Amino acid sequence: MPKVIKNVGCPYCGACCDDVEVTVSDDGKRVLEVKNVCAIGTQIFMHGGDHDGRIKLPRMRQPDGTMKDVSFKEAIDFTAKTLLKAKKPLMYGFGSTNCEGHAAAARVMERAGGCLDNCASICHGSSFLAIFDNGYPSCTLGEVKNRADVIVYWGSNPAHAHPRHMSRYAIFPRGFFTGKGHKSRTVIVIDPRFTDTGRVADYYLQVRQGHDYELFDAFRMVCHGHADDIPDVVANIPKETILEVAEVMKNARFCNFFYGMGLCHSDGRNHNIDIAISLTRDLNEFTKCTIMAMRGHYNITGPGAVWSWQFGFPYCLDLTKKTMVHMNPGETSSVDLAMRDEIDAFINIGTDAGAHFPIPAVQHLKKHPFITIDPSRNMASEISDLHVPVKICGVDDGGIVYRMDNVPIQYRKVVDAPAGVPSDEEFLDAVYERMVELEGEGFI
Amino acid sequence: MSTVTLTAKGTHELYLEAYNVTPDAFAGKTADEIAGLECHEGNRKGKLGEYFDIDGNGGETAADTQIIVKGNCKKIKRIGQQMTAGEIIVESDCDMYTAGWMKGGKVTVKGNVDSFCGIGMAGGEFIVEGNAQNYLGSAYRGDWRGMTGGLIHVKGNAGNDVATFMRGGKIIIDGDAFLHVCTHGEGGTVVIKGNVESRVGGQMVKGDIYVYGQIKYMMPGFKYVDDVEAEAVEGEKLTFAHYIGDLGERHSKRKGEIIYGNIYLKK
Repeated sequence: MPKVIKNVGCPYCGACCDDVEVTVSDDGKRVLEVKNVCAIGTQIFMHGGDHDGRIKLPRMRQPDGTMKDVSFKEAIDFTAKTLLKAKKPLMYGFGSTNCEGHAAAARVMERAGGCLDNCASICHGSSFLAIFDNGYPSCTLGEVKNRADVIVYWGSNPAHAHPRHMSRYAIFPRGFFTGKGHKSRTVIVIDPRFTDTGRVADYYLQVRQGHDYELFDAFRMVCHGHADDIPDVVANIPKETILEVAEVMKNARFCNFFYGMGLCHSDGRNHNIDIAISLTRDLNEFTKCTIMAMRGHYNITGPGAVWSWQFGFPYCLDLTKKTMVHMNPGETSSVDLAMRDEIDAFINIGTDAGAHFPIPAVQHLKKHPFITIDPSRNMASEISDLHVPVKICGVDDGGIVYRMDNVPIQYRKVVDAPAGVPSDEEFLDAVYERMVELEGEGFI
Repeated sequence: MSTVTLTAKGTHELYLEAYNVTPDAFAGKTADEIAGLECHEGNRKGKLGEYFDIDGNGGETAADTQIIVKGNCKKIKRIGQQMTAGEIIVESDCDMYTAGWMKGGKVTVKGNVDSFCGIGMAGGEFIVEGNAQNYLGSAYRGDWRGMTGGLIHVKGNAGNDVATFMRGGKIIIDGDAFLHVCTHGEGGTVVIKGNVESRVGGQMVKGDIYVYGQIKYMMPGFKYVDDVEAEAVEGEKLTFAHYIGDLGERHSKRKGEIIYGNIYLKK
């Protein structure tokens, strides 16, 4: 009889919905049905378990260019040797794996003396830089649900990227002090495109693309008593609208900014977030105001938390000196390392650098050994020298994940992975042990 | 003054971190001892002698030591990092962190430099005859104390994020800069003789920015007050339109008067 598992966490976006109901088959190998989950999350659950479509053995590139199935032992040996031979290997990814995997990867790369980076590098990494410079007056999504009456989505489109964000936390739910649901909330959407999120907005501001920084400055001028000095139009927004929206924010009981790639990856990057944090601080002179990054993957906050605890830095770690860690995005960030051809081995784990990186960066990476650790075929796996299949975290592997508001959640295994397929942590721990063995044998 | 001549052999496959190429490290050492100084290529620790031909001994002190670096240094980082005295002349392009956290002495690069050069500078003189990339004279990530003293002169163009968190010293750029000049500035002077795209003086608390060319998009937080005559660079007295700001940022008071950041735009 199929079994229903309740309160399961969803391994798709940073909203980490943890009210999913999963129905699994009698033998525990397939997901039959899922409830309380968006269309994208549904597909991830359906891909898990033991079925014909899963890759069950590592695939190694042969001299003639074809891929051949090899044993996990050979894959572990190849990975360990590649890391030991390299002068500056890079391991990048981690958006879609658990914190146990992040910790194991850190052990491996510290031993190998390489660079370690996560998808934040091409995502919310610029937010980290702003947070280093200016602090992070944030809150949890629970506080937003129960208290926030003014919600600002700036450069983010949760209707598509975080499908249940608005209904679970931000706009529609009835919270302790927000009993009327969306009727008790004012929604402000600021975006150069009129997105589907813009459709639910009470105020939609079509900011000129790449000029968010100027608009923040204008809002800050209102907070600092210089409203009269604002030019007639800032970033395509009329002065009257700026003053009206600023009053809405100032008169809120609790205002929260949610921002996404539109802000942290348009011109200025970290500075856009920096001034957003400054505006948040300014608004706290009038009311309670907080800010939160709309983190993309369900556990992209995880490596930041784990590595900050282990090394003191959340991403772009340069562990090549082995005795100290260096971090400076622009130099030690994956795309910069690849574009400048600074590394000589690459491991792509739990992401798809083949699809996300600029083509010249991938061309540089491809000159050196290229390994992909991922449950599925993707663009990176198809150009790799070795593709290692692993369990899908949140479906056939459990573990700790961090939600976008830095709240850790225990994810659960709901179905069995194909026999013999390891988790990221198990595979990386085996690589570490093999590296220790090889070093003992005088490999380098 | 003793001169040590380094000639890059070009034997490094990856980027070389030559953090010991400073008059401070070379002072009091013979050529052989200098060849034994440490450097890094990725995770491999090497010796300067493996990557450079070294000719000449260091002076008694850093101030008595001059270093001339020849050969292709395009893939060499950290030359002149944290130097306190003496002189370095690099005859080609060089990479990141050149003259980073410099406290004194003089560094001249006859080619271009990459990003993060002159970062966290506290004193001395840094001359670039070509172009500089991003984060020239800026602060290290998360540090609210950027450049505090010294002079940076770039004869070509500079990229983004010039003088972030600047608190003192002077930067002169003969060409153009792009986005973000003196963001979070708390002092010091930046002179740009070319054009700037936008975001000049964003979140600026204090300090002076002179622009001889155009600012394509002026920050809304800057307000025109008057025209002034000023000498941004010695011997060049010019008339500028004077703007104060950033009006969206905190400002301290001195003798009852609010101190703003200043942008001087050449008329």
